Amino acid sequence: MTGNEWFDEEAGPLVRSYALTRGRARPVTRESFDMMAVIETRGHPAYGQVGIGPEHLAILELCARPLPVAEISGQLQLPLVVVRVLLGDLLDQNLIGVLRPRREETAVNDGTVSEQLLREVLHGLEAL
Amino acid sequence: MDSKPSETVPYPVKILVAGGFGVGKTTLVGSVSEIRPLQTEELLTEQSVGVDDTSGVERKTTTTVAMDFGRITLSERLILYLFGTPGQDRFWFMWDELAEGALGAVVLADTRRLAECFPAVDYFERRGLPFIIGVNCFDDGYDYSGDEIAAALDLSEDIPVILCDVRQRESGKEVLTTLVRHVIGRQTAKRAAAEATSG
Repeated sequence: MTGNEWFDEEAGPLVRSYALTRGRARPVTRESFDMMAVIETRGHPAYGQVGIGPEHLAILELCARPLPVAEISGQLQLPLVVVRVLLGDLLDQNLIGVLRPRREETAVNDGTVSEQLLREVLHGLEAL
Repeated sequence: MDSKPSETVPYPVKILVAGGFGVGKTTLVGSVSEIRPLQTEELLTEQSVGVDDTSGVERKTTTTVAMDFGRITLSERLILYLFGTPGQDRFWFMWDELAEGALGAVVLADTRRLAECFPAVDYFERRGLPFIIGVNCFDDGYDYSGDEIAAALDLSEDIPVILCDVRQRESGKEVLTTLVRHVIGRQTAKRAAAEATSG
């Protein structure tokens, strides 16, 4: 054992969320990072770059394949609020991009989803 | 600036799974998901009033709300995420974020505790988000027909009520396809109504 036996799940994470974000509750950028916003790694930080921690690096590694914000949170087991702050740092340094689907396939003018997209979802489900 | 409109952008869509505590939301997510359900957490700070009557001091507490979700890759670019909504009423203000942009919702009901799905039905009706009712049939549940349940929930006639066993993948798939067909049907009806008034 490595000494971890003193800390069970009830004790909560050993490093508190506010430590990971250095006390920040919101991203530095204007981007709000919706749960379904897709993040893609665009660059790598210089060695020892200021303001980049292990969690930032974990995100960059994970998003080599584009992933939505919710899945980054789930896979890294970090709360959404923390992931958003970290993503803000990365976006600020141009290390990630936020991908957006083409407008015409996302929504029709009244804000509902396009029928073409719904049919694609239906066919996909039926083919499972 | 950071937008990259291209064919290769994976497009995530989401469907919500709501219902009372222990009704099988996570089971449904798990039975159709291609990954073991993941969990995402939101830290919520809320003002709690009257926690300690003797002091009368308002305290701020931080609550963690966990949501389970699963993933189904539907095509090269289309990925469906299924979110189990938090069961507790007091976390509802979070639902707005969850419901934003969702295709629709499945409200799971347990006939032994039917009232527990009322708040979810209310919420989606008010928000105008299309939903269906999935009646999760446990072995020892009472037998009711879909019509009886629709009447008990005071649903409008066009809302599908489907009996299911969310432990079964096929059954879970049927619940989801029923929902998507319902969403398509609703849009078609809406468009027809709009054309009738404009024409």
